[in-house]
Amino acid sequence: MSTDRDRMLAAIRAGVARSPTRDVARPVPLVPQRGQRAGRDLVDLFRKQAEAASATVAEVASGKDVPAAVADYLKGRNLPAQVKLAPDPRVAGLDWKSQPLLEISSGASDGNDPASVTPVLSGVAETGTLFVHSGAPTPNTLHFLPETHIAVVYRDELVGTYEEAWAALRRKFGADLSNGAMPRTVSLVTGPSRSADIGKILLMGAHGPKRLHIILVDESRDSSRPN
Amino acid sequence: MLQPTSNAFAEKSTEAMGDAQLQEALSILRTHSIPSRNKAAALLPEFEALRDSARDLKNHILGHLDRYLLQFEEQVQKSGGHVHWCADADTARRLVLDLCRKAGARTVTKGKTMVGEEIGINDFLQSNGIEPVETDLGEYIIQLRHETPSHIIGPALHVTKRQVEETFRKAHTDLEAGRNLEEASSLMAEARAKLRARFLAADVGITGANFLIAETGSTVIVTNEGNGDLTQTLPKMHIVLASIEKVVPTIEDAMTLLRVLPRSATGQELSVYTTFSTGPRRGTDLDGPREFHVVLLDNGRSAYLGGPMQDMLRCIRCGACMDHCPVYHSVGGHAYGWVYPGPIGAVLTPALVGVQNAEPLPNASTLCGRCEAVCPVRIPIPKLLRHWREEEFSRAITPPVQRSGLSAWAWFAKRPALYRIAARWAARALRWKAGNRGRFGSLPLAGGWTRHRDFPAPQGRTFHDQWRAQGRAARGGGGR
Repeated sequence: MSTDRDRMLAAIRAGVARSPTRDVARPVPLVPQRGQRAGRDLVDLFRKQAEAASATVAEVASGKDVPAAVADYLKGRNLPAQVKLAPDPRVAGLDWKSQPLLEISSGASDGNDPASVTPVLSGVAETGTLFVHSGAPTPNTLHFLPETHIAVVYRDELVGTYEEAWAALRRKFGADLSNGAMPRTVSLVTGPSRSADIGKILLMGAHGPKRLHIILVDESRDSSRPN
Repeated sequence: MLQPTSNAFAEKSTEAMGDAQLQEALSILRTHSIPSRNKAAALLPEFEALRDSARDLKNHILGHLDRYLLQFEEQVQKSGGHVHWCADADTARRLVLDLCRKAGARTVTKGKTMVGEEIGINDFLQSNGIEPVETDLGEYIIQLRHETPSHIIGPALHVTKRQVEETFRKAHTDLEAGRNLEEASSLMAEARAKLRARFLAADVGITGANFLIAETGSTVIVTNEGNGDLTQTLPKMHIVLASIEKVVPTIEDAMTLLRVLPRSATGQELSVYTTFSTGPRRGTDLDGPREFHVVLLDNGRSAYLGGPMQDMLRCIRCGACMDHCPVYHSVGGHAYGWVYPGPIGAVLTPALVGVQNAEPLPNASTLCGRCEAVCPVRIPIPKLLRHWREEEFSRAITPPVQRSGLSAWAWFAKRPALYRIAARWAARALRWKAGNRGRFGSLPLAGGWTRHRDFPAPQGRTFHDQWRAQGRAARGGGGR
């Protein structure tokens, strides 16, 4: 008895055999010029694009400044002084004791956390997009459940194009990313959650975070790691 | 499978054009959708080149579909997931039900999936005691209203804000009567709170897939709300419903399509969330599903590979063709009578439900070409519609009056000398009959025209005669 798999493959093979596009070559992916820049230009483009997508952006000089920047952001918007940190040392390894008024915990979210602080794989200037991925140090629920998502982007994590971000992922998990090397999820996040499904009125915070705040750290993450 | 009602297109269109609320809802396409898409296209200098590249990529994939699907299957398995090949809607439905039962599911949350609509998964699960909960805001609204999507990107495009309020008041029985829901933001807060509880309680999450990545075994979804991510992260099982033509060789290839999809769909440079999901949660992960299943649906598509309709399989479901279609602007999505509306729906529906069940759709077009002009993968929709018209005629599906009219015209057209004489006589007769007025208020067989405007009587000579005279003049009075 033939299975659905056999029947489908037989039909597909017959179609492919007579297909006029059998000889079409796979095009070399085209990477737009826009993101191909460096230095302050790169930072400016990232800011402009992220803000155009309704994210907010702050810049700090060093990883040491991040806890205060988080506390300031929450206070400035009258939000609860309570954050869940990604266990990743890029975030959890910072000096959170410097902010005694912040209530700190770490781990995955069960939906009761008003705000999360996470690292990113990359910030991409081309469209102001953050690449985040799941894993024990970076639980995926932190990217989607809290009403406020605060993302920390170090200088060496800022790139121009999506392709550079994927290259960073390939460096981290293996060049071919196949055979289960990919993390469970990799998400490209551009601004806070939104919907225009009610009367075509665009509103932030449909199911995911209502606010996305990005803290750009002007140093490479290696230099900010605690000894 | 959802039963098509496409043969009632004319009646439903008339109804739609008289529906003031629907017409108000549809006006957004002209005031918002078209300008947004054009602005996004203009902002990226490489946009047209990316469209060429996207077309070539999809053509390459369709010419090697078996290879990429097998690679995808192998990679899903190597990352700990499962692939289920389903030749038709019924097999796919039963498979999903079995998986849900295996997971002991009582409720299932759903991200937006057009393949889910195509196989009628909601009604099937419901009738088998499992409650499906749509989580895309638009899908949630129409689920409460017991309607089907009217647009592939904005499923509740046809619903006004006031109707959403009415719907929530009726469905959310715990809502206090005095609660102010006038603002769209309070309606959204209400839906967010209701659905958050459903996300956390669901046993299985079902999403669609915009792309499947052969290289890594990943499935990709694109959303703005984040509902797809909560749907696939919180329950213990993630089921992906995808059709076979969604596979793409590599991540970098998917980026080509992702650079044209959101710009064409909503005018965004990138949607808020584009998520690549691969296998179940990893050993040390603190969250994520324990099981990952991909349903690969054919449902008739493979029969069109390698044939004159293959181009339709390039579609990446952006909805730009319907946003720009004057017919869709007038009648909305429900008149098309099945899952996929608008120009691409008029091409896909006859293919997937049988042309005899969708006879009016390929004819409900002036072939103006706006759809092809904006399609990110350059599908020649007018050409494909003409193909269905020919198919309908050759299989005698075209209605008898039209058919005999076309036959009569063809008889003359194949006899050019006779055609010219007949045309000359007809023109003279019409001119004589119209008299000094020069036009007709009514004319036999042309009621569709004269009901709304006069028909002008022919003036001067026939087209053929003028063409010949001009040709003779151009060649210096020579002639053949």
